[in-house]
Amino acid sequence: MAAAAPTSRGHGLLGYGPTALALALFIWFLGFLPVVSAGQAASWAVPWIPVLGIDLAFRIDGLSLTFALLISGIGTLVLLYANSYLTGDPQFDRFVLFLTSFMLAMLGLVLADDLIVLFVFWELTTITSYLLIGYGHDSEKSRRNALQALFLTGAGALAFLAGAILLGEAAGTYRISEVLAQGKAIQDHPHFTAILILVFLGALTKSAQVPFHFWLPNAMAAPTPVSAFLHSATMVKAGVYLLARLHPAMSGGDLWLYTLTILGVVTAVFASLLALRQTDLKQALAYTTLMALGTLVMLLGQDSGYAMTAFATFLIVHSLYKAALFLVVGNLDAATGTRETDALGGLGRVLPMTALAAALAGMSMAGLPPFLGFIGKELTYAGMLQVASFPVILSIMALLANGLILAVASVVAIRPFWSARQPKTPVKNAIPWTMAAGPVVLAVLGTIFGIMPGLLQNTLVAPTVLSLTGDIAETKQLKLWAGVNLPLFLSLATFVLGGLFYAWHATLRARLAMLDRLPNLDEAWDRFMASIKTFAIALTSRIQTGRMTDYMAVTFSTIAIGLIATVLLRGLPPLSPSFADVTPIHLALIGLLLSGTFMATITRKRIAAIAALGVVGIGVALVFIFFSAPDVAITQLLVEVLVVVLVAIVMLQLPRLRDYPNRFRPGHAVIAAGVGGSVTLVLLAILSTPLDRRLTTFFETASWPEAFGRNIVNVILVDFRALDTFGEVAVVVVAAIASIALLRQNRKGRS
Amino acid sequence: MNSIILIAGTRYLSALLILFSIYALLRGHNEPGGGFIGGLIGSTGFILYAIACGTDQARRALRARPETVAMIGLAIALGAGLSAALFGDVFFTGQWLFLGATETEKGLPVSTVLAFDVGVYMAVFGSILGLVFAMEEEI
Repeated sequence: MAAAAPTSRGHGLLGYGPTALALALFIWFLGFLPVVSAGQAASWAVPWIPVLGIDLAFRIDGLSLTFALLISGIGTLVLLYANSYLTGDPQFDRFVLFLTSFMLAMLGLVLADDLIVLFVFWELTTITSYLLIGYGHDSEKSRRNALQALFLTGAGALAFLAGAILLGEAAGTYRISEVLAQGKAIQDHPHFTAILILVFLGALTKSAQVPFHFWLPNAMAAPTPVSAFLHSATMVKAGVYLLARLHPAMSGGDLWLYTLTILGVVTAVFASLLALRQTDLKQALAYTTLMALGTLVMLLGQDSGYAMTAFATFLIVHSLYKAALFLVVGNLDAATGTRETDALGGLGRVLPMTALAAALAGMSMAGLPPFLGFIGKELTYAGMLQVASFPVILSIMALLANGLILAVASVVAIRPFWSARQPKTPVKNAIPWTMAAGPVVLAVLGTIFGIMPGLLQNTLVAPTVLSLTGDIAETKQLKLWAGVNLPLFLSLATFVLGGLFYAWHATLRARLAMLDRLPNLDEAWDRFMASIKTFAIALTSRIQTGRMTDYMAVTFSTIAIGLIATVLLRGLPPLSPSFADVTPIHLALIGLLLSGTFMATITRKRIAAIAALGVVGIGVALVFIFFSAPDVAITQLLVEVLVVVLVAIVMLQLPRLRDYPNRFRPGHAVIAAGVGGSVTLVLLAILSTPLDRRLTTFFETASWPEAFGRNIVNVILVDFRALDTFGEVAVVVVAAIASIALLRQNRKGRS
Repeated sequence: MNSIILIAGTRYLSALLILFSIYALLRGHNEPGGGFIGGLIGSTGFILYAIACGTDQARRALRARPETVAMIGLAIALGAGLSAALFGDVFFTGQWLFLGATETEKGLPVSTVLAFDVGVYMAVFGSILGLVFAMEEEI
């Protein structure tokens, strides 16, 4: 990715500016810690769409603040890192714009206190994520993976929008804090199951749970800072955030419990198996992210204080160590040019700062004491043992997943640096301090919080649990030594299991290759997309024949069928055609119209056909004049003139009518008769019903006093209905300019 | 087309058509006419000129590109609608000023409605003319 050797200067102000913005936001959010740790919340609201009851409402409580600090804090470090990582990249301006926009959208998402506002930011993160995955847009694979993520999370977002609207209507308010204030009352609503399923679809696609998991490893096509930020620390947790946000109102039922627990556990175990299977370090980390998301989702399925405390802790732990490790892998890539686990070795002394960060973050990920990861894991075990229905199975699954993750952590964080058996990898580029700072700061934070968990206990964990349960007393203590209990034994078992997995990881990896033969949703996705394309091509070639005759046949048959169907279904009022007022002039007019029409259908010369149509047009204009609609008549006449001019120009290019076989076309005759007959019937029906003169009377009386005009038609056009006229004129201009462009295109094609 | 009679006739007819189109535009509020009709008549004036003397001559006579005329017309129409906001009224509320109005005389009415109609005139005029010129040149 990096075109040139990374330097600490990078792109100068273009890189430092956004970093400073992120840092300022981080500091600003830190200022809310006293309010939030006191159990309060800060909120703002500006009316946005008052008709629909939608406000631009934001609220900072424990859960929001935890996320906001993670987003802005990790954002600062990642932006600093990316500036050096992409040194010399000519499109860095674009990149930093996308990344900064993403950060702001993500902050909006976690602070939003309105369901619709939350949805808007949710979509913004989807779009910026799409742009960032597809950043290397000259690679077909990047584009495909970006589209896959966009379609999948976008489809989920639509489901979420439907769910949000249903929820808002069911609760009578779109303000999230007001929905939550109603407690679990929403669960008695008849639409609750539908709401829950729709919200699940949105959250589980965004957070890449099985069976929607396949987009996340593919999203690693993005540059490494993006993977660290979006696809491990923040965006993929948006789904988790949504579930956590709605947890107080929606949890507790069987559907909630079983869906989240089962999907979470399956995702966690499946992902940790696949993580060990990978040889690319970044891919391995991608799968461990899936495992973490699975664990978080599973914890949210529960209600117990242990599970909620574990959720809050694990959320923070995971963001710290996973972002650090992604940046470490980025450093390895930048320094050596490879991310393959078997090619990397002996780097501990060459890249000391990166090695230090890797070791600290890796041990936190492995769940070793005294790191925060250990506390997170203990709490997770405690949370699982609290589950009423099947604690044993859950604990065994979690044990398996954690053991595997320990092995993966060793492969990623220890082996490339310290393993004696690995070949020494030559280092091409030095790592500037800006790229070492990110992983070191994150890893050291994980260590400090592990040794002094009290720093997190009341500042972030307890307020988050308050957001989740509504009761701060549910918070459990974060401590390294919780006494001799079952979670401790499970931890010890994890270490043993993880050690064994690491010792035999090469063998295991070969065995796990059989997982590749499982039904692969990624390939199914490609087939699905290909089938859509095939269908679209088949449909287009059927509909868009490129023959004017076909288009006109379709248009007029549709009109005829619509009118005939209406007449058949709704019936006709009694028709009372009156011939009393018919004068010889009217009869002559009818004769003119009929003869023009007849001439147009039988003539063998185009110019004669055009002239005959002109006769029809002028006949219609005469009708308007007889029945006193001079404006319409003038317009009709002018349009007739223009049509003759335009057609005469085009006609020079058309083949002569004489070259077509002169035969009767029954299909066209049926369509013509259908349109003519049905329009006549409908017109007679309209004339047979009494005319509603209310509008006419209004315009007649209002035209002069209100709009100072006596020509009612024109007054309607330019005053009463000026907006409509403006729209029509805009359409005329746009159509003309489009046609001109098409005509010019034609010339380009010829020359 | 190289018809001397047509070319000679066009000089007078075009000028008359364009003059008449402006007349139709201005009388539109009280008598048959208006921006749409005016624009159509005006464009036929130039189209006739283009048929008789060629589009190059017609373009030179028009000076501005017809697409530009159409866009300016659209902008004037939109501006006339937006200007209602200056007077605290709803979008596209007509604003009227009667110049030199006295107790008995109504005065000369000037209004955003007229500006709107001028915009419509230019948009229709430019669109039709641009399309016809392009067709004449490309086909």
